[in-house]
Amino acid sequence: MSTAPLVEVEHLVKHFPIKAGLLIDRTVDQVHAVEDVSFRVEQGETLGLVGESGCGKSTLCRTILRLEDPTGGRVVFEGRDITDLPRRQLRSLRSEAQMIFQDPYASLNPRKRVGQIIGDPMRLHGVAAGAERRRAIQRLLERVGLSPEHFNRFPHEFSGGQRQRIGIARALALEPKLIVADEPVSALDVSIQAQIINLLKDLQSEMGLTYIFVAHDLGVVRHVSDRIAVMYLGKVVEVSPAEELYTKPIHPYAVALLSAIPIPDPRENAAREPLVLEGDVPSPIDPPPACRFHTRCPRATEVCRRVEPPLVDYGNGHLAACHHPVNVDAQDLARATIAPESPLGAGTEMPTLDGHVPDLDEAMTPRPLPGRE
Amino acid sequence: MSAPLLKVSDLHVSFATEEGTVKAVDGVSFELRQGEILSVVGESGCGKSVTALTVMGLSRGPNATIEGEVNLDGKDLVTLPEDELRKVRAERIAMIFQDPMTALNPVYKVGDQIVEQILAHEDVSKQEARARAVEALRAVGIPNPDRRYDHYPHEFSGGMRQRAMIALALVLEPEVLIADEPTTALDVTIQAQILRLLEQLNRERGLAVILITHDLGVVAEVADRTLVMYAGRVVEEGSLDDIFYDPQHPYTWGLLGSLTRIDQPRPRRLPSIPGAPPSLISPPRGCHFRPRCPHEFAKCSDTPRLEARLPQSPEHLDRCWLDPDEKRARRVVEGGIGLVAGAE
Repeated sequence: MSTAPLVEVEHLVKHFPIKAGLLIDRTVDQVHAVEDVSFRVEQGETLGLVGESGCGKSTLCRTILRLEDPTGGRVVFEGRDITDLPRRQLRSLRSEAQMIFQDPYASLNPRKRVGQIIGDPMRLHGVAAGAERRRAIQRLLERVGLSPEHFNRFPHEFSGGQRQRIGIARALALEPKLIVADEPVSALDVSIQAQIINLLKDLQSEMGLTYIFVAHDLGVVRHVSDRIAVMYLGKVVEVSPAEELYTKPIHPYAVALLSAIPIPDPRENAAREPLVLEGDVPSPIDPPPACRFHTRCPRATEVCRRVEPPLVDYGNGHLAACHHPVNVDAQDLARATIAPESPLGAGTEMPTLDGHVPDLDEAMTPRPLPGRE
Repeated sequence: MSAPLLKVSDLHVSFATEEGTVKAVDGVSFELRQGEILSVVGESGCGKSVTALTVMGLSRGPNATIEGEVNLDGKDLVTLPEDELRKVRAERIAMIFQDPMTALNPVYKVGDQIVEQILAHEDVSKQEARARAVEALRAVGIPNPDRRYDHYPHEFSGGMRQRAMIALALVLEPEVLIADEPTTALDVTIQAQILRLLEQLNRERGLAVILITHDLGVVAEVADRTLVMYAGRVVEEGSLDDIFYDPQHPYTWGLLGSLTRIDQPRPRRLPSIPGAPPSLISPPRGCHFRPRCPHEFAKCSDTPRLEARLPQSPEHLDRCWLDPDEKRARRVVEGGIGLVAGAE
């Protein structure tokens, strides 16, 4: 097994044109959905991708799978540049990389039987036929916690959680290496969420799968991820080893996201001082210049409005793009370097530790997790 | 302790469908006290929304059978004629919904929808109604309410729409607000803003809130008391301390255990609840949670009553036959509270 990353994304850009005009379509504006994003996904790991609605996380995933054509940048899958791969040749990519969708109601064809839904990828790729395919489908059904007798049923006969299992079986049908799961448990009840998360983790350790796991829920992401990337308005603002994001978030937006999550523990909730962000996420049609978070950031200064912060590597694979980082001391800063993943348009100056507001810093530092050293 | 504002007694709601009769609410009783935030927590299909709609008189229909009583100041809202009920709505009890985009009328200006509400209930001039609508928008934290009055719902963001819904609900100053999953469709940072607003309205106006949610985190943040519902019934009722630190019903353990938390070391596997909720057309005999419960025993085929089973906390009610000491021993899973350790 090679040690090369499974997926490399380099300075990926995706804009959607906004068109107007009756006879001639003029492009009047652009939705800047994904703006210069770079990261790698190693074999067998789970990269969590979090952010609020409209931050570009779904578009990013769809662009990696070439369900959307990138506006700029490169996507490399297993050492092969797939950015400009013609449609015809994309089919081989489809057997290596599959997707699980958020809505288990909309993502299964209501007129097809379960056996057909799971078997279609096999048929299209000619991997098995006849009784052999049927056996393979039934094995898959069992593997995802359904029963082989469900082969001839229709999607409407299943609950949300069971449908999501069907979607997972379909994604596994071609034995892919990469699965992109776009909010796979967001539509499910908590008790069912836990079942599906456990199933995905089991499948990963059995089949050596690599996941890109998209969610808006930082709790869910923490349970499945090895590393987590936080997105805001089309940019990656922080990449961190999973646990470190929760104990030592560096970007103020990550701190705010963590602080906004209600903790199911009344006493702990009463004890913490949450940082509530004012206002809404700005429009991706006309995103704020320089640091895109500066309009809502309690630490923003002049430089944040002028210069886009570079993505800085603080060691241990922990990257953040902020001029005024949280949870960073002079020592950390001395060791830090600008990461190769940094956006092309970003400044080259390192962050500074001045301009800190002591009270605010206190509110922005999450308390250490109980029961850990 | 103050007298209850609203008292729901032995409420049964069922709907006739082609497949059979769906027993959506099966004997729900609770009280809402003055100025409290009562949360109702449970998963999809547990009857929490139907209970709320019935309180508002919104679940009436040719296929619905409603029994029991919803008492507001001696009036029974279940049997109240529609024209009297209309006065109760908005003036005494108001409701906000999960999706503010579908709850607001897309072809009317937000401000005009509030004015319509005022004029339908009170004999005031249009100018006065407009002034009050602007004031209502300001009170829920909408910037530039004068200008925002003339905007249409699609010009508002999700969070602003929910604020506008709250303004619309509260403009006639009702005592009770029923909020049905008010933050589920919103991002976490916006959810935090809306929860803070609800808390502020509760504190400053003494507004009593019934907060329906599936998120125990939201409950822990804002509620005073909680009902846990499962398959049409309340299975546990108590203060936050009761529910979070001394939960008595195995379903509550399962809910608490299956949460993905950011404040605890992460378990290798998430404790989950096996199986799926029962069909409400033919629910199991006895305890509705019995088929999914690993602690089930012979007695569970009789329905346990919702009652206080702990001598020291008379306000902590539950529906489980297990002995309280036995419960305390059994609910400990991998160091925390849960139903079963990492099972499917």
